[in-house]
Amino acid sequence: MARNVSTGTKIGFTFAAWAIALLLFSPILWVLLTAFKTEAEAIANSPTFLPQNFTLENFSAVQDRSDYVKHATNSILVSVGSTLLGLAIGIPAAWAMAFAPTKRTKDVLMWMLSTKMMPAVGVLIPIYLIFRDLRLLDTVHGLTLIMTVINLPIIIWMLYTYFKEIPVDILEAARMDGAELYNEIVHVLVPMAVPGIASTLLLNVILAWNEAFWSITLTSGRAGTLTAFISSFSSPQGLFLAKLSAASLLAIAPILLMGWFSQKQLVRGLTFGAVK
Amino acid sequence: MGSISLQHVKKSFGEVQIIPDISLDIKDGEFVVFVGPSGCGKSTLLRLIAGLEDTTSGTILLDGQDMTKAPPARRGLAMVFQSYALYPHMTVRDNIAFPLKMAKAPKEVIDQKVEYAARTLNLSSYLDRRPRALSGGQRQRVAIGRAIVREPKAFLFDEPLSNLDAALRVNMRLEITELHQQLKTTMIYVTHDQVEAMTMADRIVVLNAGNVEQFGSPLDLYKKPANRFVAGFIGSPRMNFVDGPEAAKHNAHSIGVRPEHFKLSRDPLANAWKGKVGVAEQLGSDTFLHVHVEGLGLMTIRTDGDQTFSHGDDVYLMPDPTRIYRFDAAGIAL
Ligand SMILES: Nc1ncnc2c1ncn2[C@@H]1O[C@H](COP(=O)(O)OP(=O)(O)OP(=O)(O)O)[C@@H](O)[C@H]1O
Ligand SMILES: [Mg+2]
Repeated sequence: MARNVSTGTKIGFTFAAWAIALLLFSPILWVLLTAFKTEAEAIANSPTFLPQNFTLENFSAVQDRSDYVKHATNSILVSVGSTLLGLAIGIPAAWAMAFAPTKRTKDVLMWMLSTKMMPAVGVLIPIYLIFRDLRLLDTVHGLTLIMTVINLPIIIWMLYTYFKEIPVDILEAARMDGAELYNEIVHVLVPMAVPGIASTLLLNVILAWNEAFWSITLTSGRAGTLTAFISSFSSPQGLFLAKLSAASLLAIAPILLMGWFSQKQLVRGLTFGAVK
Repeated sequence: MGSISLQHVKKSFGEVQIIPDISLDIKDGEFVVFVGPSGCGKSTLLRLIAGLEDTTSGTILLDGQDMTKAPPARRGLAMVFQSYALYPHMTVRDNIAFPLKMAKAPKEVIDQKVEYAARTLNLSSYLDRRPRALSGGQRQRVAIGRAIVREPKAFLFDEPLSNLDAALRVNMRLEITELHQQLKTTMIYVTHDQVEAMTMADRIVVLNAGNVEQFGSPLDLYKKPANRFVAGFIGSPRMNFVDGPEAAKHNAHSIGVRPEHFKLSRDPLANAWKGKVGVAEQLGSDTFLHVHVEGLGLMTIRTDGDQTFSHGDDVYLMPDPTRIYRFDAAGIAL
């Protein structure tokens, strides 16, 4: 389809797209720049754009005061672990909803989504008490569990949407070919849904990585993730902006890199089925 | 072995009853075609036999064994879908091998059977391609290959040819018939094309609104239709029906005459129906005339292709008296 778009319009849209992208990126850029400034420069009344006295001391200060590697390891364990666990539960669940629906399937889906509308503090006390009694406070597996549970609705919704695109004929053919449920899911459904499963995985790793509320409230020293690591650098007194920026930069760098390298996959997965 | 027996099988989707009550016995090695208008429940009946749908009530026996509740994977039947339903992420070789892998056959056996099936179906040079790189006819062959390797008790086909062009359909029709003669395995074939039904079947099941109207050999259905529905459905072009006084002359509520059972003349004949030619469809070998008969309506007549008629010609029609079908008020053959 050929469309006539005037050059003026094109320039306008390109300009707008860049403006929005820069606007969204500006906080990250500011963090990036601040991380290399001295504390004094970071809170200067007339802020500088580029660091005047380029320094790496914030990073060494951060590493001295707290263990980056330990927190990063916890973040990886929790985000990857909870995503894999979520997929292991979500794939069969989404299979059932997409291919063996009942009258109530739509209601169940809505109900699952509605749990995401509830503010997390609403269940803070009960969850905290349960965690305390089960001795899950400040443990990596406890945090993994809660992360799985809070992201499960999204995982199931996404998978459900992708599975709906797969012709049920092909799964029925597998059944006729002698495949029991396990083989049908593992050898036929999953390979066909790889793009969708991959973007579900990526998105959930990112969500779990960035999750702050539960990781800050349910952990202290041992199982703290990078979000807890960042928050420990914000303090009511003293100068901390530059060190906070350095910590933030260290915390978001891995996921930023991962997102960068997988953006093609993410876009493809998130628009899967939209163009066919 | 592959005898299939349905006993009082019923199927409803929610409140809607699709199959009121069907009993059917299909013998081992038979080629049975389910035919009927769109939405009459052919696919549903086939899927009940396959186990892809659960019966609401009734019993399904395979080789005398009650399989009503068995999942499809345990029934030992193979199915070829209208959409082919090949596994898009597997090569042709892996598609054909899939049922054998599921049956945990040893690797040498799998290779040997896949090679053999591919040779039989002219697929040898495509074994390493993905289904999307195949033509419709080739995909259909892969689907058939996938069905035959596991030597099922019976094959189930759901309109396997309806996505192919006319010439290919005729070819594949012959190939499937030939396959049946080679394998001598029970086949159930669903179609709404009555030419496919007539040419392929040992016996035909004519379905209408979920009921079996008649079950018999193609010629039985053609010569002795049990009712008006079967009479109208089997035979191409359709049988002509007449009710009222003309039917009363034959002691019937309505009568039917096939297009090929008329004597046609341009000169007046005694007791003949007089009409005017509307459309003349000339196929070369045959000509189908659509004639407006005074007082009786539009009739289709088949004549040989040598005669030429034009719009508005006067013609006289004389039904062959030995081949008039008579029906009572309920449409049952008399
Ligand atoms: N899963 C289902 N839920 C509800 N109704 C269904 C379902 N499957 C089929 N039907 C209904 O059952 C009836 C018979 O369907 P079926 O597919 O068996 O017809 P068919 O004879 O194969 O028609 P066609 O020649 O068009 O394929 C139709 O009215 C259809 O709408
Ligand atoms: Mg059908």
